[in-house]
Amino acid sequence: MSETVAGPADAAAQQGGEALLEVRDLIKHFPQGGGPLGGRRRGAVRAVDGVSFTLRRGETLGVVGESGCGKSTLAKLLMSLERPTSGRILYRGEDVTRLGGRALKAVRRNIQMVFQDPYTSLNPRMTVGDIVGEPFEIHPQVAPRGDRRRRVRELLDVVGLNPEYVNRYPHQFSGGQRQRIGIARGLALNPEIIICDEPVSALDVSIQAQVVNLLRRLQREFGLSYLFIAHDLSVVRHISDRIAVMYLGKFVETGSEREIYEHPTHPYTQALLSAVPVPDPGLRDRRRRIILSGDVPSPTAPPAGCRFRGRCWKAAETCARSEPVLGIPARLAELPGPGRHPSACHFAEERQRAAD
Amino acid sequence: MLLEVRDLRVEFHTRDGVVRAVDGVSYAVDAGETLAVLGESGSGKSVAAQAVMGILECPPARVTGGRVLFQGRDLLTLGREERRRVRGERMAMIFQDALSALNPVLSVGYQLGELFRVHRGMSRREARAKAVELMDRVRIPAAKERVNDYPHQFSGGMRQRIMIAMALALEPDVIIADEPTTALDVTVQAQVMDLLAELQRDFHMGLILITHDLGVVADVADKIAVMYAGRIVENAPVHELYKRPAHPYTRGLLDSIPRLDHKGGELRAIRGLPPNLLRVPAGCPFHPRCPLAREDCRTGAHPPLFEVASRRASACHHWRETVSE
Repeated sequence: MSETVAGPADAAAQQGGEALLEVRDLIKHFPQGGGPLGGRRRGAVRAVDGVSFTLRRGETLGVVGESGCGKSTLAKLLMSLERPTSGRILYRGEDVTRLGGRALKAVRRNIQMVFQDPYTSLNPRMTVGDIVGEPFEIHPQVAPRGDRRRRVRELLDVVGLNPEYVNRYPHQFSGGQRQRIGIARGLALNPEIIICDEPVSALDVSIQAQVVNLLRRLQREFGLSYLFIAHDLSVVRHISDRIAVMYLGKFVETGSEREIYEHPTHPYTQALLSAVPVPDPGLRDRRRRIILSGDVPSPTAPPAGCRFRGRCWKAAETCARSEPVLGIPARLAELPGPGRHPSACHFAEERQRAAD
Repeated sequence: MLLEVRDLRVEFHTRDGVVRAVDGVSYAVDAGETLAVLGESGSGKSVAAQAVMGILECPPARVTGGRVLFQGRDLLTLGREERRRVRGERMAMIFQDALSALNPVLSVGYQLGELFRVHRGMSRREARAKAVELMDRVRIPAAKERVNDYPHQFSGGMRQRIMIAMALALEPDVIIADEPTTALDVTVQAQVMDLLAELQRDFHMGLILITHDLGVVADVADKIAVMYAGRIVENAPVHELYKRPAHPYTRGLLDSIPRLDHKGGELRAIRGLPPNLLRVPAGCPFHPRCPLAREDCRTGAHPPLFEVASRRASACHHWRETVSE
């Protein structure tokens, strides 16, 4: 099952700071049927199916993929909100998946999350002060009781909200302001890692930029590491140092921001990038679009061999027979340059670019 | 002109006061032309479209002024039945969320066929055959086998195709598409926009595309109307708008989006928040967020649309400065 050879992490392992989070062969299958009400077992949804990566101090790893690719399940696994079927999540060398009780709580303090929907992720009956200060109830050692009020006001200030607003309720704020509240809550315990699951996709264009800038500023100020999950490829490029492209539970291509966006070698990445509308009408007829046929197959029964082959224009017999592993493809290994990065495709190569 | 909206006004009466969701909006679209109405949430772009279609819920909404001229006839003065006939036959709408726009307990074949039974008086069998034909037209694989399936059995992209098929069924002259691809993944979005553009060409329809997505607009629109706080703040052909925006809000939007083709530094965000429509600022509604705002922007009536060039207008006192920036 686990066929990750040269993990995506290893390519970037040479550079960057200390590894905070190491994920190895992470798998999460959700069984179908056979629940408490009976019913036949019908296999499993293979939401995350063998994912490995390393997250270093101060860096941002962007995870892009379309709906159903497993990126949100990945976030939940990292937050210990779900137990993996197998695989390891090492936080500072310690396997989080084996921890429980107090030890798990201590780890969780350092890994926080910012959610997509600022409307449903804040309790409407709690004041902003209570929402942002709630983590202190769970981890009282972080801020002594008498100091909490001050800390909350400080946090609001850090995310660009008026500290006078502590007694207001979420409905009194706009979407962008609510997302700031969510970010303030995520920062409360001085975490090292923040998992951002589509943090700006629910926001208006003019507000998105404010929140993206805020996240970048906080990263610099506090030396945070981000795992930034999103479907908007432009936002991901903007904020990420390294990118992993996910398809049906697996990483299919990983590399630096430049390697992925300017020198993609996996057909799925190429199609994904070519499909993004670019806000420049001058490029309308000059861009070579790859329009994929069909939809993402069901993660319950992914195709044998390469999971992308049903939609791929390069698919050949080999692709049905053997599943390509994520590693630097042999044919690209000899070439120096940005095309040389992990890609899970038998026919990985750079696309001839039309316009430039 | 195929469809022309003139000085349209829509109000909502709420507990807290009157909201002018659409405050004097004019736009027009010709056969074979694509007009994009660009705006953020609360700009009034969808409410205006619903008023044009005649599907606004009144109350709470009230159309308080303006005209919607379709082939020269003012739709707002038509009776209920007459309006309905125009809406079914000549104008159609595509919504963002196909899952909630389609009836979950009826097969897609039934829902497609219904149009032909009601509007064309076809028999069930004929209508079913038409439904299969339409599903083929929007490239739903194995249409014949899937015609009896229910909406939930289709993927999001396929459901959106079915909605497009429904909109096309009676070969309307105008289609209004309200965020048709916002809920879709990018590879599927590309498929659906391609399909929509192709069908528009083939049927020579007028298309009004309501969206917040500057990328999608750049790909398909002929001309653009930018809305802010219930008003149109800029009108322009697509190339001019992207090259030389004439309103600071448009410029702000273009500057604030991250680009796919290069990694930038700090994004140039528009400061502040869109206005609360219960308390729209005096003067230019954008002035609290505008880098160019002066005294004349802060007081008096909102700026009218100034003619910038032929087919171009901007509701900014300082459009000259904005364009030349």
